[in-house]
Amino acid sequence: MDLDWRVFCRDTIDGEFVRGCLGDAERITYLDWLLSAWGWTLSVAALAWIVAIAAGAVVGVLRTTPHRPLVILGNAWTELFRNIPVLVQVFLWYHVIPALFPLLRAIPSFLLVVVALGLYTSARISEQVRAGIQSIPQGQRLAALALGFTLPQVYRHVLLPQAWRIVLPPLTSESMNIIKNSSVAFAVSIPELTLFALQAQEETARGIEIYLIVTGLYFFSALLVNRILHIVEMRLRIPGLIVVTK
Amino acid sequence: MKKTWILVASFLAGILTSPLQASTLDKIKNTASVTMGVRESSGGLSFAMGDGKYGGFHVELCERVLHDIQKQLGLPKLEIKYQVVTSQNRIPLVQNGTVDIECGSTTNNLARQKDVAFAVTTFVEEVRMAVRADSGITSINQLNGRNVATTTGTTSVQHLRKHERATGIDFKEVYGKDHADSFLLLATGRADAFVMDSQILAGNIAKAKNPAEFKIVGEVLSVEPIAIMMRKDDPAFKKAVDDSLKAMMRSGEIAKIYDKWFLQPIPPANVAIGLPASEATRAAWANPNDKPMEDYAKK
Repeated sequence: MDLDWRVFCRDTIDGEFVRGCLGDAERITYLDWLLSAWGWTLSVAALAWIVAIAAGAVVGVLRTTPHRPLVILGNAWTELFRNIPVLVQVFLWYHVIPALFPLLRAIPSFLLVVVALGLYTSARISEQVRAGIQSIPQGQRLAALALGFTLPQVYRHVLLPQAWRIVLPPLTSESMNIIKNSSVAFAVSIPELTLFALQAQEETARGIEIYLIVTGLYFFSALLVNRILHIVEMRLRIPGLIVVTK
Repeated sequence: MKKTWILVASFLAGILTSPLQASTLDKIKNTASVTMGVRESSGGLSFAMGDGKYGGFHVELCERVLHDIQKQLGLPKLEIKYQVVTSQNRIPLVQNGTVDIECGSTTNNLARQKDVAFAVTTFVEEVRMAVRADSGITSINQLNGRNVATTTGTTSVQHLRKHERATGIDFKEVYGKDHADSFLLLATGRADAFVMDSQILAGNIAKAKNPAEFKIVGEVLSVEPIAIMMRKDDPAFKKAVDDSLKAMMRSGEIAKIYDKWFLQPIPPANVAIGLPASEATRAAWANPNDKPMEDYAKK
């Protein structure tokens, strides 16, 4: 087996080697394309993560409130989005929903996939947030209410600061997952890493080199998220309250 | 310790290169079986008909070739095993001996000739575009500022990019994850054209709800000889395959088989692809050759 890593220095159109590997305005090499694809993967994942955290936090909180309709709404949300495979959800957002509401056709597929991936992940995050809040003894909520806190204040000052710290480890896993799940974006024509791998290996007939690098980039990105959130976890810990083992 | 490493290294080298030196004809003779590589959906060339059966122009050609080889070897019985391959794994599977003869839709080009051998060209593919009939598009030059669909993992888009650089036309690439998906992009208006091999375009149009809504137009972006693929460095087997194919080309049998898969209704939907043999394909039958794609481009 001979690996030829110079494949990344080739021009994407005529296959000629480009000096210095990075192209310019005229020429685009596979390395340029790879870096741009990595950028797309990280952008999809980062924006979807923001959507997921925002929606997941709200829905998770709703599911622990004493108001029954809100709990039902939150439960319905979670079950709806986590019981449909993420690829199917992406297709629903891309092909089906714009067919029903023609206005949505103007929305770029990048935003659709961010919403689809974000909402799918929000269901999983809402479940974690709910679990985090429910793991705090009921007495704390009641004591805070007895002291005259309003319900939003109870969440803001008593429950959520503890719950977020408790759920940081599973949240780390979910944040790593979103990077890997962002590969579904290839199905709706986002030029991200998976699409790059499928396309470039066909054009260059150098599949093994290309898949090795792409796998490495996914691994590296997920590991980076893991390390960042680990630091966050360390910084935020409150000695004596929640134990973080090193 | 060092010995262990050498052992491990030679073992790995063994797996990775699989030096399979026995000739294919001997292998067929000794085992009375042969493995044919087929595709799940390569238009009329090679496709799954359901029930674990495979059909198509190239599959039938291969079956006839193997029948001739069976006679040549004097085998009373020859078992044909069908192995589905994809565009990603077809070359490694032929190289390592899993597949003896690949009957799909593989383009014969110089890069691949380093790894595998090709029989004489049996089909010449032309890359063109399909558009909605009411769109008024008749040429690639009209694609400026429009969305153009193509399928991820195919080389069609490369031709389009070359054309883009040469003519300065600026269009946006939209990738479908498979041909059906790309065609859906065209049908729903997310793309204004679908650039692909014309037999795949014709097949998708034939299967559409209303085939009259679409048509194949524009210049030929690229001409690609499609051929049956075999292991490299096995001249006896290549000769047996080529001789059988050349006999069918001389007798005109090949045109009848082509007609059966491209002009008559075919399963599973029982619609005809409706793509008569192109001039280039007829020329390949008239003068059998195994020239790579690069030779076609020189014209």
